[in-house]
Amino acid sequence: MSRVKRQIAPYLLVLPGGIWLLIFFAVPMVAMLSLSLQEGDIVSGYRFTGHWQTYTEAISAYQTQIYRSLIYGGIATVALIVLAFPVAYWIAFYGGRRKPTYLFLVLLPFFVSFVLRTISWRQILTDEGPLLHPLREAGLIGQSFHILGTPFAVIAGLVYNFLPFMVLPIYVALERIDPRVVEAARDLYANPATTFRRVIFPLALPGVFAGVLMTFVPASSDFVNSEVLGSSETTMIGQVIQAQFLDNSDYPTASALSFVLMFVLLIGVFTYARILGTEDVMKVAAR
Amino acid sequence: MTTPQHSAVRARTAAPAGGTAAIEFVGVNKNYLSHGETVPAVKRTDLAIAQGEFFSLLGPSGCGKTTTMRMIAGFEEPTAGKVYLDGQDVTGVSANKRDVNMVFQSYALFPHLNTHQNVAFGLERKKVSRSEIARRVGEILEIVSLTGMEKRSPKEMSGGQQQRVALARALVNRPRALLLDEPLGALDLKLRQQMQIELKRIQREVGITFVYVTHDQGEALTMSDRIAVMNAGVIEQLGSPREIYERPASRFVAGFIGTSNIVDGHVDRVEGGLALLSYTTQDRVVVPVARPVRQGDKLEVSIRPEKIDLHRGVPPVQSTGGSVLSGTVTEVVYHGTSTNYTVATAAGADFTVFDQNASNADDLADRGDRVYLTWAPQHSYLIGD
Repeated sequence: MSRVKRQIAPYLLVLPGGIWLLIFFAVPMVAMLSLSLQEGDIVSGYRFTGHWQTYTEAISAYQTQIYRSLIYGGIATVALIVLAFPVAYWIAFYGGRRKPTYLFLVLLPFFVSFVLRTISWRQILTDEGPLLHPLREAGLIGQSFHILGTPFAVIAGLVYNFLPFMVLPIYVALERIDPRVVEAARDLYANPATTFRRVIFPLALPGVFAGVLMTFVPASSDFVNSEVLGSSETTMIGQVIQAQFLDNSDYPTASALSFVLMFVLLIGVFTYARILGTEDVMKVAAR
Repeated sequence: MTTPQHSAVRARTAAPAGGTAAIEFVGVNKNYLSHGETVPAVKRTDLAIAQGEFFSLLGPSGCGKTTTMRMIAGFEEPTAGKVYLDGQDVTGVSANKRDVNMVFQSYALFPHLNTHQNVAFGLERKKVSRSEIARRVGEILEIVSLTGMEKRSPKEMSGGQQQRVALARALVNRPRALLLDEPLGALDLKLRQQMQIELKRIQREVGITFVYVTHDQGEALTMSDRIAVMNAGVIEQLGSPREIYERPASRFVAGFIGTSNIVDGHVDRVEGGLALLSYTTQDRVVVPVARPVRQGDKLEVSIRPEKIDLHRGVPPVQSTGGSVLSGTVTEVVYHGTSTNYTVATAAGADFTVFDQNASNADDLADRGDRVYLTWAPQHSYLIGD
């Protein structure tokens, strides 16, 4: 009796989360898959017809937005690495006893709603805002110079919103580095730059890898930043899906686009994991 | 800088071999700032370590031995004073530009590199040619018995093997001096003893100056040419293992190195280079004195436990004019090769006596027995004499 109990106990631990995922992830996925293969309209209702052409039509209609989303997401991710690494490095190696405080400060924006934060960026970047107005008054920028509505504004918004997701995993990786290992590199004639390149950065790569996974996927499928900070020229696929679903009530197209996006991101992530997610990367980076 | 006082100190601590010292400290001290307060880690220290010497820095944790070593490596800079390597002033020179290498306590191997890459790290920085690197890495791995392990990563190796990689990684650069920071601390006893012998062999083979930091007095005694015993940021004594064991310069050294019985007493009379300290009519300690002492002076005498004879019952006849203390056995501990007795003596101090279990199978005394401790005059040592 007790042996049976001991054998099933681990599975019991999985049960609550498993049921949760089943209800709130698997069921909607199946429903959405079915929806994407239905035809009809919101008034007369939708029927399942296996109409897979919705996929090809959606892809050809919105491929610009799909590419744009991946490019914005990619640029934002690279910018995130560049910005987050020094922050994480500084907290990990120079934070001293105040490390928890600094990490809290990195997380502080999370205590304000995502949408609200993005809207306040709009106030900052607007033509009459605290950034551009003084510059224009001083004659440093022309009358036609804008930030709001440009790809730059959208990507800047993405970078700002996802920064903690990049800082934290890199911080954790750096924090785990034994300071004696860094000293050993110095002792073996490596100057600070070489020490960073050959020892610190390779050892931080697992953190960078995790950070990329945690930022690239949500950044590419984001639907708030372009809506608030962008223009019709910066529309991302997340916005299209939202509009198709909520404004046009074209559920099949919205569902089909969601699956396309998911599929593209999965391929991207798996390829990335195959190429970069192994320990070999650290060794390559160390050369 | 070269004050008369300094040159006097230098003469006393100078390396025995003469010539340029491999490592020299002149008037070095090191303070740390802690909560706005200055805490001295190493007080004014002059030190010269000879070429090819196996030199140990020995002391309890917090005595300043690691700080001393880190100042040689260049990880810490002295608050005042100068550090010389091979006669060159390296004070203020960063660690990567100093021709010394370190073996860290936790090995600090690069976890993302394999054995070969770990060992080759320093040579690559020095822009040594590929073929030369391959040759020298192969050679050093043979010396530390790791041939065939080139492709292993640190986490695929045992503690002892990692230890050897750390050693090879430092030695392969042929540094002016090798610094070892408690390198055997993480190994089990058997492996540690094996590595002690190994380290000594390697040191003889490569002929490089070894500076060895340890809190293990046994390790320091067996391996070193000279030992500096440190306490509270000060070198209390510097000398050969024998000198330090037989002639401890301070009460601290006597207590830290091996086991010592330390007894205080006032001089009753001085006769033919021997001072007599009396406690009762029959309890007395006789100690040879080199420095002038007078009747009534308070002396600290150290006696090693293996030099003392233990007698039960009758007081022994004293023909040699040595020391006699009566007492009561309070503890008997059997140690296999020896039996250790603790005796509460008439001199006020508890004595430890080691008796070799050579021929006598039975214990000399039991707990509660009245006993007499005797030893020859030359086995008493006046601390600081």
